[in-house]
Amino acid sequence: MEIDTVLWSRLVTGLTLGFHVIFATLGVGIPLMIAIAEWMGIRKKDQHYILMAKRWSRGFVISVAVGVVTGTAISLQLALVWPNFMKLAGNVIALPLFMEVFAFFFEAIFLGIYLYTWDRFKNPYIHWLLTIPIVAGAGMSAVFITTVNGFMNAPGGFVMEAGQFIAVNPVQAMLNTATFSKVFHVLSSAYLTGAALLAGIAAFAMLRKGVSAYHKKGLNLMMAVVLLFSLLNTLAGDVSAKFLAEHQPEKLAAAEWHFETERGADLVLLGWLNAEHEIIGALHLPKILSFLAFGDFNAEVTGLNEFPIDERPPLLVHYLFDSMAGIGFTLLMISSLYFVLLFWKKRNELNKWMLRIIALCAPLAFLAVEMGWFYAELGRQPWIIRGYMRVEEAATSSPSVRILFFVFLLLYIVLGTICVLVLRRLFNNNPAELEMEKWLKEQPEPPSEKGGPLS
Amino acid sequence: MSYELIGISVLWLFLYGYLIVASIDFGAGFFAFYARLTKQDHLINRLISRYLSPVWEITNVFFVFFYIGIVGFFPDTAYYYGSALLVPGSIAIVLLAIRGSFYAFENYGSKNNIVYLFLYGATGLLIPASLSVALTLAEGGFILKQGDVVSLDYWALFTNPLSWSIVGLAIVSVLFISGTFLTFYASRAEDESALKLMRGYALFWSTPTIVLALTAFIYLGQHNERHFQNMMDLWWLLALSVAFFMIAMWILYNGRRYGLAFICIMLQFFCAFFAYGIGQYPYILDPYITIQSSATSPSMGFALVVVFIGGLCLLIPSLILVFKLFLFDADYVKGKK
Repeated sequence: MEIDTVLWSRLVTGLTLGFHVIFATLGVGIPLMIAIAEWMGIRKKDQHYILMAKRWSRGFVISVAVGVVTGTAISLQLALVWPNFMKLAGNVIALPLFMEVFAFFFEAIFLGIYLYTWDRFKNPYIHWLLTIPIVAGAGMSAVFITTVNGFMNAPGGFVMEAGQFIAVNPVQAMLNTATFSKVFHVLSSAYLTGAALLAGIAAFAMLRKGVSAYHKKGLNLMMAVVLLFSLLNTLAGDVSAKFLAEHQPEKLAAAEWHFETERGADLVLLGWLNAEHEIIGALHLPKILSFLAFGDFNAEVTGLNEFPIDERPPLLVHYLFDSMAGIGFTLLMISSLYFVLLFWKKRNELNKWMLRIIALCAPLAFLAVEMGWFYAELGRQPWIIRGYMRVEEAATSSPSVRILFFVFLLLYIVLGTICVLVLRRLFNNNPAELEMEKWLKEQPEPPSEKGGPLS
Repeated sequence: MSYELIGISVLWLFLYGYLIVASIDFGAGFFAFYARLTKQDHLINRLISRYLSPVWEITNVFFVFFYIGIVGFFPDTAYYYGSALLVPGSIAIVLLAIRGSFYAFENYGSKNNIVYLFLYGATGLLIPASLSVALTLAEGGFILKQGDVVSLDYWALFTNPLSWSIVGLAIVSVLFISGTFLTFYASRAEDESALKLMRGYALFWSTPTIVLALTAFIYLGQHNERHFQNMMDLWWLLALSVAFFMIAMWILYNGRRYGLAFICIMLQFFCAFFAYGIGQYPYILDPYITIQSSATSPSMGFALVVVFIGGLCLLIPSLILVFKLFLFDADYVKGKK
């Protein structure tokens, strides 16, 4: 019975976070894209980019609403579903949680101002300046909340005595060994995913209605961002792997089905395990795991057998890790290919197949974010605070948590569906080209004139 | 002053802030829906959406802010309240989620969808009801503790007149505060028809507010003698509260200077809310959690206070900016910008 409520608690939290992370990623990634587009528009005096920023922010605000409410849900669920965890860890992680709310507060205020002041300032750069606190607030809230997750993976900044954390150093707990690699990976993947989504939408629109100047500019801009951030993201992934090898070897070993500690360890791609835990049908890349983990082909990598059976993560995480990394490399290759075709005059970078693949990359990027987070979280099992508190000690004992799983499942299905419907209506009934025409007609003065009204 | 006392004072101030801004928001949602039903929506809808659109997100943050703050300063609250409030808290989450997202769906997406508006309006009244359970809980007597397992005594909660009078008070004060604020906002917009309608709502909801406040106070006396006595010792704060209420009523009735009326109502609730809070000292949850017993470690308390001050230095100017742009900018309020 008690095991049951623990499993349901995990499911409730997994469900909420799995749903929230979609909108949280948008919330961090999209503001930067809006800021880039508006800046390009002002700088080049090109109304297409301004329209882009406007349309993106209109869709963004709807996704923000869902992000805000699911974020509120997870913050409350921390105490409702994991009361023992909050009682213990609240002493150490309250500071970043608090700062996260501040950052979010800051973002919320300026987002409200940004949306309602498109035509209030004479100098267009003043309106653009409002994007800075939004981008910074969104980024900082991701940073702070990621430090909390970092703490759960690599606890530090306290002394444990009689089941209590004493001699707490909040700042040291925030700047734990996991923080840097996690923050780097979270931010780079959020910007990458945001750009991949907007590029995908532009590609999709061109597939349906043919190439247009507006969508072509959007695609070029976003593919450049995808290329930049997939490079950074690959680097971030490498930093993360090196962190795991050193500080959390059981997570890396589970992801790679690396059972025996050995030098020159192979990297295992896909495959499956038989009943005796032998790997079948996998692609082995000799010595690559050692290189990935320590930057040295002959380094020793700790195997899973070094850990007691009840402290090993589930072996399923191997597939999550492979999918995440696979999609990451795919995005890097597609965006590089796009620019090869673009600069190679004989080829058309906007051919049907290229556009199809780019459109497909948008959902793939989100899938990779989900896979990455599920890998990170399942790979930490059975710990909620690695080395200090196990998941079953932290969960609520109330049997109601089972019903709540279904209540929240229903809620997220409804919210997700209606959000998609509303977004589709918002953009399908008002295509960019039509809006551009209407907008130019309303303009009393030529739009390029300096200091002229921008909306 | 010790940091836990600073902590609880500031948090109480934030909860008060949430009480005011959320009441305006929740009530506005209900009025918007009610006006649609009675076919008066053309009078006030534009007014309401002009005020709410830029600020709805900020309201939500106030709440998360209070909640994270109390868990941060007093981690034991997470254990007791978290365990006991799993069901009512989750209901509140669902309602907040429906409300927040449907506001955005209605306002930025498909306009004039009556179902969305209904969900938005109805949840506005249910949220204060579900959140007020936490206040009732703090009075003690509603928690069952067996060994290490803490749970909520639903039977005691649902059969106690105190919990119902607090729920009732929460709902009517939402409508009263919101009605007065929107009256003031309408007068700034020089929108005569909206002003007339909202002033009627504000005057109407004043009576149930004061009646239920007295009822809740009397039931509190029967339920928690200590808290009641402490509040009686602060009689002057309660008297001030009633006095501000009377002034506000007089101004509203005379129909001039609505800004002043709203300020009086803010002060009325401020006095009552702080008399209630100070009277509860030193308990956060009677009798399990006191402010001293549950406080976090000094280093964390200090860090939180520092961040708090830093954060306020950032927030207050930003909030002033929002108010300047959307609340006190006559042209914006009138719909010219």
